[in-house]
Amino acid sequence: MKTRRDVFQAIADPTRRAILLLIAAQSMTAGAIASNFDTARPTISKHLQILTECDLLTQEQSGREVHYHLNVDNMKEVADFLEPFRKMWEERFDNLEQVMKAYKPKN
Amino acid sequence: MEQKTKVTAEDGKQEIFIKRAFDLPVDLLFKAYVEPELVAQWMGTKVVKLDAKRHGSYQFETTDPMGNKHFFNGTIHEIEPNAKITRTFEMDNTSFPVQLEFIDFAALSESTSKLTIQIIFKSVDGRDNMLKLPFAYGLNMAHNRLEEIVQKIKMK
Repeated sequence: MKTRRDVFQAIADPTRRAILLLIAAQSMTAGAIASNFDTARPTISKHLQILTECDLLTQEQSGREVHYHLNVDNMKEVADFLEPFRKMWEERFDNLEQVMKAYKPKN
Repeated sequence: MEQKTKVTAEDGKQEIFIKRAFDLPVDLLFKAYVEPELVAQWMGTKVVKLDAKRHGSYQFETTDPMGNKHFFNGTIHEIEPNAKITRTFEMDNTSFPVQLEFIDFAALSESTSKLTIQIIFKSVDGRDNMLKLPFAYGLNMAHNRLEEIVQKIKMK
Protein backbone atom coordinates (compact mmCIF):
# COMPACT_ATOMS: atom_id res chain seq x y z
CA MET A 1 0.00 0.00 0.00
CA LYS A 2 1.26 3.45 -0.87
CA THR A 3 1.93 5.49 2.24
CA ARG A 4 1.10 9.10 1.84
CA ARG A 5 1.28 11.83 4.40
CA ASP A 6 -2.03 13.18 5.57
CA VAL A 7 -2.81 16.60 4.10
CA PHE A 8 -4.63 17.72 7.22
CA GLN A 9 -1.67 16.80 9.36
CA ALA A 10 0.51 18.83 7.02
CA ILE A 11 -1.51 22.00 7.45
CA ALA A 12 -1.84 21.54 11.23
CA ASP A 13 1.54 23.26 11.61
CA PRO A 14 1.46 27.11 11.66
CA THR A 15 4.80 27.49 9.86
CA ARG A 16 3.64 25.19 7.07
CA ARG A 17 0.41 27.16 6.71
CA ALA A 18 2.43 30.37 6.51
CA ILE A 19 4.65 28.80 3.81
CA LEU A 20 1.56 27.85 1.79
CA LEU A 21 0.25 31.37 2.13
CA LEU A 22 3.55 32.83 0.91
CA ILE A 23 3.74 30.53 -2.09
CA ALA A 24 0.09 31.10 -2.95
CA ALA A 25 1.09 34.63 -3.99
CA GLN A 26 4.10 33.60 -6.12
CA SER A 27 6.43 30.65 -6.64
CA MET A 28 9.64 31.03 -4.63
CA THR A 29 13.01 29.39 -4.05
CA ALA A 30 13.73 27.66 -0.74
CA GLY A 31 16.10 30.50 0.16
CA ALA A 32 13.49 33.18 -0.49
CA ILE A 33 10.93 31.25 1.57
CA ALA A 34 13.37 30.79 4.46
CA SER A 35 14.22 34.51 4.46
CA ASN A 36 10.63 35.19 5.58
CA PHE A 37 11.08 33.25 8.81
CA ASP A 38 13.27 33.46 11.89
CA THR A 39 13.38 29.67 11.90
CA ALA A 40 16.65 27.91 10.96
CA ARG A 41 17.01 27.09 7.29
CA PRO A 42 17.13 23.25 7.80
CA THR A 43 13.79 23.48 9.65
CA ILE A 44 12.22 25.29 6.70
CA SER A 45 13.71 22.68 4.35
CA LYS A 46 12.06 19.97 6.43
CA HIS A 47 8.69 21.77 6.21
CA LEU A 48 9.11 22.12 2.44
CA GLN A 49 9.88 18.42 2.22
CA ILE A 50 6.71 17.50 4.14
CA LEU A 51 4.57 19.80 2.01
CA THR A 52 6.11 18.32 -1.14
CA GLU A 53 5.47 14.77 0.08
CA CYS A 54 1.82 15.72 0.55
CA ASP A 55 1.74 16.97 -3.03
CA LEU A 56 0.78 20.42 -1.79
CA LEU A 57 3.97 21.83 -3.32
CA THR A 58 5.67 20.98 -6.59
CA GLN A 59 9.28 21.73 -7.43
CA GLU A 60 10.40 23.20 -10.71
CA GLN A 61 14.04 23.43 -11.76
CA SER A 62 14.98 26.67 -13.52
CA GLY A 63 18.69 26.92 -14.16
CA ARG A 64 20.47 26.31 -10.87
CA GLU A 65 17.48 27.24 -8.78
CA VAL A 66 14.51 25.21 -7.59
CA HIS A 67 11.22 27.08 -7.37
CA TYR A 68 8.34 25.87 -5.25
CA HIS A 69 4.79 26.13 -6.59
CA LEU A 70 1.50 25.62 -4.85
CA ASN A 71 -0.30 22.55 -6.13
CA VAL A 72 -3.79 23.98 -6.46
CA ASP A 73 -5.54 20.69 -7.21
CA ASN A 74 -4.46 19.19 -3.93
CA MET A 75 -5.38 22.29 -1.98
CA LYS A 76 -8.92 21.46 -3.03
CA GLU A 77 -8.67 18.30 -0.97
CA VAL A 78 -7.96 20.48 2.04
CA ALA A 79 -11.03 22.51 1.23
CA ASP A 80 -13.22 19.40 1.05
CA PHE A 81 -16.07 20.61 3.18
CA LEU A 82 -17.12 17.16 4.30
CA GLU A 83 -13.93 16.51 6.21
CA PRO A 84 -14.56 18.86 9.17
CA PHE A 85 -18.09 17.43 9.47
CA ARG A 86 -16.67 13.90 9.49
CA LYS A 87 -14.02 14.87 12.04
CA MET A 88 -16.68 16.37 14.30
CA TRP A 89 -18.54 13.02 14.33
CA GLU A 90 -15.33 11.06 14.66
CA GLU A 91 -14.53 12.99 17.86
CA ARG A 92 -18.05 12.51 19.23
CA PHE A 93 -17.98 8.78 18.51
CA ASP A 94 -14.51 8.44 20.05
CA ASN A 95 -16.02 10.06 23.16
CA LEU A 96 -18.97 7.69 23.05
CA GLU A 97 -16.65 4.68 22.89
CA GLN A 98 -14.60 5.94 25.85
CA VAL A 99 -17.65 6.81 27.94
CA MET A 100 -19.23 3.40 27.34
CA LYS A 101 -16.01 1.48 27.99
CA ALA A 102 -15.90 3.11 31.41
CA TYR A 103 -19.61 2.49 31.98
CA LYS A 104 -20.64 0.31 34.90
CA PRO A 105 -24.30 -0.72 35.15
CA LYS A 106 -25.96 0.49 38.35
CA ASN A 107 -27.31 -2.79 39.66
CA MET B 1 -4.66 7.03 8.19
CA GLU B 2 -7.51 4.94 9.54
CA GLN B 3 -10.90 6.60 9.30
CA LYS B 4 -13.35 4.92 11.62
CA THR B 5 -16.20 7.27 10.79
CA LYS B 6 -17.42 7.46 7.21
CA VAL B 7 -19.68 10.17 5.84
CA THR B 8 -21.35 9.75 2.46
CA ALA B 9 -23.12 12.66 0.82
CA GLU B 10 -23.89 12.01 -2.82
CA ASP B 11 -24.20 15.02 -5.10
CA GLY B 12 -27.72 16.29 -5.56
CA LYS B 13 -29.30 14.11 -2.87
CA GLN B 14 -31.23 15.20 0.21
CA GLU B 15 -29.64 12.64 2.48
CA ILE B 16 -26.36 11.72 4.10
CA PHE B 17 -25.08 8.55 5.72
CA ILE B 18 -22.78 8.45 8.74
CA LYS B 19 -21.28 5.04 9.51
CA ARG B 20 -19.05 3.91 12.31
CA ALA B 21 -17.93 0.61 13.84
CA PHE B 22 -17.52 0.52 17.63
CA ASP B 23 -15.46 -1.62 19.92
CA LEU B 24 -18.58 -2.00 22.11
CA PRO B 25 -21.38 -4.57 22.37
CA VAL B 26 -24.54 -3.35 20.63
CA ASP B 27 -26.49 -2.97 23.90
CA LEU B 28 -23.90 -0.52 25.25
CA LEU B 29 -23.93 1.43 21.99
CA PHE B 30 -27.72 1.66 22.17
CA LYS B 31 -27.60 2.70 25.84
CA ALA B 32 -25.33 5.61 24.87
CA TYR B 33 -28.28 6.97 22.87
CA VAL B 34 -31.07 6.54 25.42
CA GLU B 35 -29.61 7.24 28.88
CA PRO B 36 -29.66 11.02 29.47
CA GLU B 37 -26.50 11.15 31.60
CA LEU B 38 -24.55 9.13 29.01
CA VAL B 39 -25.76 11.29 26.10
CA ALA B 40 -24.67 14.35 28.10
CA GLN B 41 -21.17 12.90 28.55
CA TRP B 42 -20.32 11.91 24.98
CA MET B 43 -22.21 14.68 23.17
CA GLY B 44 -20.84 17.32 25.54
CA THR B 45 -24.28 18.78 26.02
CA LYS B 46 -26.78 19.41 28.77
CA VAL B 47 -29.73 17.05 28.36
CA VAL B 48 -32.80 19.03 29.36
CA LYS B 49 -35.14 16.20 28.45
CA LEU B 50 -34.86 12.74 26.92
CA ASP B 51 -37.90 10.54 26.98
CA ALA B 52 -36.65 7.56 24.99
CA LYS B 53 -39.93 6.00 23.91
CA ARG B 54 -42.32 6.10 20.97
CA HIS B 55 -43.81 9.61 20.78
CA GLY B 56 -41.30 10.73 23.39
CA SER B 57 -39.11 13.75 22.83
CA TYR B 58 -35.71 15.20 23.65
CA GLN B 59 -34.22 18.61 24.25
CA PHE B 60 -30.51 19.48 24.49
CA GLU B 61 -28.84 22.69 25.54
CA THR B 62 -25.23 23.10 24.37
CA THR B 63 -22.83 25.89 25.28
CA ASP B 64 -20.17 26.62 22.65
CA PRO B 65 -16.56 27.67 23.48
CA MET B 66 -17.63 31.34 23.19
CA GLY B 67 -20.29 30.82 25.85
CA ASN B 68 -23.27 31.02 23.48
CA LYS B 69 -26.15 28.68 24.19
CA HIS B 70 -27.68 26.53 21.45
CA PHE B 71 -30.87 24.52 21.79
CA PHE B 72 -31.74 21.33 19.94
CA ASN B 73 -34.88 19.26 20.07
CA GLY B 74 -36.71 16.43 18.40
CA THR B 75 -39.41 13.78 18.65
CA ILE B 76 -38.88 10.04 18.76
CA HIS B 77 -41.11 8.24 16.27
CA GLU B 78 -39.89 4.72 16.56
CA ILE B 79 -37.61 2.97 19.02
CA GLU B 80 -36.56 -0.66 19.15
CA PRO B 81 -33.90 -1.61 21.75
CA ASN B 82 -30.49 -2.48 20.27
CA ALA B 83 -31.90 -2.09 16.75
CA LYS B 84 -33.19 1.34 15.79
CA ILE B 85 -34.30 4.86 16.66
CA THR B 86 -36.21 7.03 14.22
CA ARG B 87 -36.38 10.65 15.31
CA THR B 88 -36.50 14.24 14.14
CA PHE B 89 -33.78 16.78 14.89
CA GLU B 90 -34.20 20.53 14.94
CA MET B 91 -31.96 23.45 15.91
CA ASP B 92 -33.96 26.13 17.72
CA ASN B 93 -33.71 29.78 16.62
CA THR B 94 -32.11 28.98 13.27
CA SER B 95 -33.45 28.88 9.74
CA PHE B 96 -32.46 25.21 9.38
CA PRO B 97 -35.56 23.10 8.78
CA VAL B 98 -36.20 20.00 10.87
CA GLN B 99 -34.42 16.85 9.68
CA LEU B 100 -35.34 13.17 9.91
CA GLU B 101 -32.85 10.67 11.34
CA PHE B 102 -32.86 6.89 10.99
CA ILE B 103 -30.37 5.49 13.47
CA ASP B 104 -29.60 1.80 13.04
CA PHE B 105 -27.72 -0.30 15.57
CA ALA B 106 -26.30 -3.70 14.65
CA ALA B 107 -24.07 -6.24 16.38
CA LEU B 108 -20.95 -7.21 14.46
CA SER B 109 -19.81 -9.69 17.13
CA GLU B 110 -20.40 -10.10 20.87
CA SER B 111 -18.10 -7.20 21.61
CA THR B 112 -18.35 -5.01 18.50
CA SER B 113 -21.16 -3.14 16.83
CA LYS B 114 -22.03 -0.88 13.94
CA LEU B 115 -23.96 2.36 13.81
CA THR B 116 -25.56 3.68 10.62
CA ILE B 117 -27.28 7.06 10.63
CA GLN B 118 -29.28 8.16 7.62
CA ILE B 119 -30.30 11.82 7.78
CA ILE B 120 -32.96 13.18 5.41
CA PHE B 121 -33.03 16.94 4.79
CA LYS B 122 -35.79 19.17 3.44
CA SER B 123 -33.69 20.18 0.43
CA VAL B 124 -30.32 19.54 -1.21
CA ASP B 125 -29.19 23.09 -0.40
CA GLY B 126 -30.30 22.66 3.20
CA ARG B 127 -28.21 19.52 3.43
CA ASP B 128 -25.13 21.19 1.97
CA ASN B 129 -25.44 24.18 4.30
CA MET B 130 -25.68 21.92 7.33
CA LEU B 131 -22.60 20.00 6.23
CA LYS B 132 -20.66 23.23 5.75
CA LEU B 133 -21.24 24.46 9.32
CA PRO B 134 -18.22 22.75 10.93
CA PHE B 135 -16.14 23.59 7.85
CA ALA B 136 -17.03 27.29 8.01
CA TYR B 137 -16.27 27.33 11.72
CA GLY B 138 -12.91 25.56 11.28
CA LEU B 139 -11.97 27.75 8.32
CA ASN B 140 -12.70 30.85 10.34
CA MET B 141 -10.41 29.66 13.11
CA ALA B 142 -7.65 28.71 10.63
CA HIS B 143 -8.03 32.05 8.88
CA ASN B 144 -7.59 33.97 12.13
CA ARG B 145 -4.43 32.02 12.89
CA LEU B 146 -3.09 32.67 9.38
CA GLU B 147 -3.68 36.38 9.83
CA GLU B 148 -1.73 36.34 13.08
CA ILE B 149 1.16 34.56 11.37
CA VAL B 150 1.19 37.03 8.49
CA GLN B 151 1.17 39.93 10.95
CA LYS B 152 4.16 38.45 12.75
CA ILE B 153 6.03 37.98 9.47
CA LYS B 154 5.31 41.57 8.46
CA MET B 155 6.51 42.90 11.81
CA LYS B 156 9.87 41.21 11.43
